[in-house]
Amino acid sequence: MARAHDNRQGWGLVAPALIWTTAFFVVPFLMMLALSFAKMEGRSVVTGFFPDNYIRIFTEPSLLRGLVVSLEITVTVTVISMVLAYPLAWIIAFRVPERWQRLVLILTILPFWTSYVVRSYSWLLVLGQNGVINKTLMTLGVISEPISMSASRFATVTGFVHFFVMLLTLTIYANLKELSPNYARAAQDLGAGRLATFRHVILPLTLPGLMTGAFLTLVLCIGDYITPQILGGNNELTLPQLIMMQLGRRGDFPMASAMAVVLMGIVTLAYLFSARWLRIDRL
Amino acid sequence: MTAAPVSAFRKSISLSLLAATALTAAAPATIAPAFAQSQELNALVWCDHTDPELVQPFEEEHDVRVNLREYEGTAAGLAILEQSRPGDWDVLVIDAVDVGRAVDLGIMAALPADELPTGDFFPELVMEDLNTRDGTTYAVTEKFGYNTIAYNKAAVDPADMTNFETLFSGKYDGRIAIYDYYLPVLGMLSLSEGIDTGDLDAEALETLREPLFDLRARSSQVSEVVASQTALATGEVDILVGGGEWLTAVLASENADLDWTIPEQGGVLWAQSIGVLESSENKDLATEFVKYIVSPEGQARLATSSCYWGMPANAAAGDVLTDEEKTVLRWDDQPDFLTRVQRYPVPDAELDTAMQDLWTDMLQQ
Repeated sequence: MARAHDNRQGWGLVAPALIWTTAFFVVPFLMMLALSFAKMEGRSVVTGFFPDNYIRIFTEPSLLRGLVVSLEITVTVTVISMVLAYPLAWIIAFRVPERWQRLVLILTILPFWTSYVVRSYSWLLVLGQNGVINKTLMTLGVISEPISMSASRFATVTGFVHFFVMLLTLTIYANLKELSPNYARAAQDLGAGRLATFRHVILPLTLPGLMTGAFLTLVLCIGDYITPQILGGNNELTLPQLIMMQLGRRGDFPMASAMAVVLMGIVTLAYLFSARWLRIDRL
Repeated sequence: MTAAPVSAFRKSISLSLLAATALTAAAPATIAPAFAQSQELNALVWCDHTDPELVQPFEEEHDVRVNLREYEGTAAGLAILEQSRPGDWDVLVIDAVDVGRAVDLGIMAALPADELPTGDFFPELVMEDLNTRDGTTYAVTEKFGYNTIAYNKAAVDPADMTNFETLFSGKYDGRIAIYDYYLPVLGMLSLSEGIDTGDLDAEALETLREPLFDLRARSSQVSEVVASQTALATGEVDILVGGGEWLTAVLASENADLDWTIPEQGGVLWAQSIGVLESSENKDLATEFVKYIVSPEGQARLATSSCYWGMPANAAAGDVLTDEEKTVLRWDDQPDFLTRVQRYPVPDAELDTAMQDLWTDMLQQ
């Protein structure tokens, strides 16, 4: 009797979230999945089961390239952000006095408070031919001609890294702060040097925070349209840019849906990898 | 051993969610049309109509709120209409060359031709063949301009810009940007190859592949409106293929060196039309809005809109515009310009797909 009551109460509590998720995620996703198997004939959508869109994504060089470019940029951004964020989080957690840590964290995430679009355009002004970097290097006599940095993959990666280092710093910092100093002491008592302590004790214990941040970076980066659109100069198109092109220019909703499903597939694979690695299911 | 990491993991998730929330909050909001109030007009427009200076006088005069939603590209506009409920939208701004496409779909309402001041229009811009079907007027031209070559005359020899071939000479490699809209740029390339834009078909399109890819290799970026303006304004590039007064006029006060020209091979004429949607439940008010937009006052405001400038179709707007504004718009040169340009290509669905495929291939080079 009590168990039945608990069950009812449990369902009552999860029902709003369940209904919300079903109505605004599951149903739209199924509709998108169905639409991805439709095709365009002229300017009309023909429903049915046509795998043509998926075949095109993996066989047409320009579309396949979009997928490859997206993956290359995402992996690059994730790795660079991890490498930069870890030492930053370490310094904040262990080198900055306790009373200043919150302030430093706030300063670290300060760029979050500005518009994403404005921040991306700001990078154009920094990286441009007449931008801050080129002007400074030319004034110092390091270079005689401006270096071409904007409208490139370098610019896109820079814009992304600037953003995601903040995100990763937060997740790694949280992990480092929870770590008992006794682990390091125990390792050192057993004869481990600083490097060995870090490699065999600290790093494995902070992997969850690192990988959580890495997963979020991957998900947000691979689906981002704004940064490559503003900073990439259309010199190579990512998958989200190609999706926008299908929607905005061609009105080809079936192809856009198929591309979105592929994108979701990649994110799902990344999640499954993370879940297996980090045992997210235990939370 | 796992308690600390799992707890930390939970905390890190919380912090990450906070960060993600901040990210979401920082993301730009989309413009959602407001519906349901009786005295409202919903217009699907290009960005130049969103200038409050343009819309406010009409709102005050008619005690109406005009809800505007921007879109880019006819396909996107038609897709928005298809997903909306009948009556959601009252007014549509559309490429003049695509009016026929909208008429074919049965979405355009007839306009009272005798109440439109087309008698005052530049004759080439009445475009009866595009705006009218079987004697019924479905749209009216409101603004026009040119897709040609925009450049920074402080960094580029203006004489070089009178010949499209100069762009392939190597002199300006890496200093060129291409406007990211396939129709005008393919139209310009078509003219440079001696093919009229009206004759551009699948076979002719293939002859453009090589010069398009060549031009791409010489360019540093392919950019949409704002990015193009930024690139020219910051000196990132010195030349924009596909640019024109719509790009440089709005920057004229900041940088007088930004200029544009129509090369001897010719340029492409862009024109936008405005009409009332058949499903509108406010057809009378929507028609009043159209009449306001093509009135001399509305035309002057639209011509100098904050998003981009362009020539008003109604020549009577010349009485309202200031001399400085007319100078920037090159008012007195229009008769000459209009003889040296051709309209946008008007591809059917199949050719449009082929053009976009070619464009995508070019972007991914």
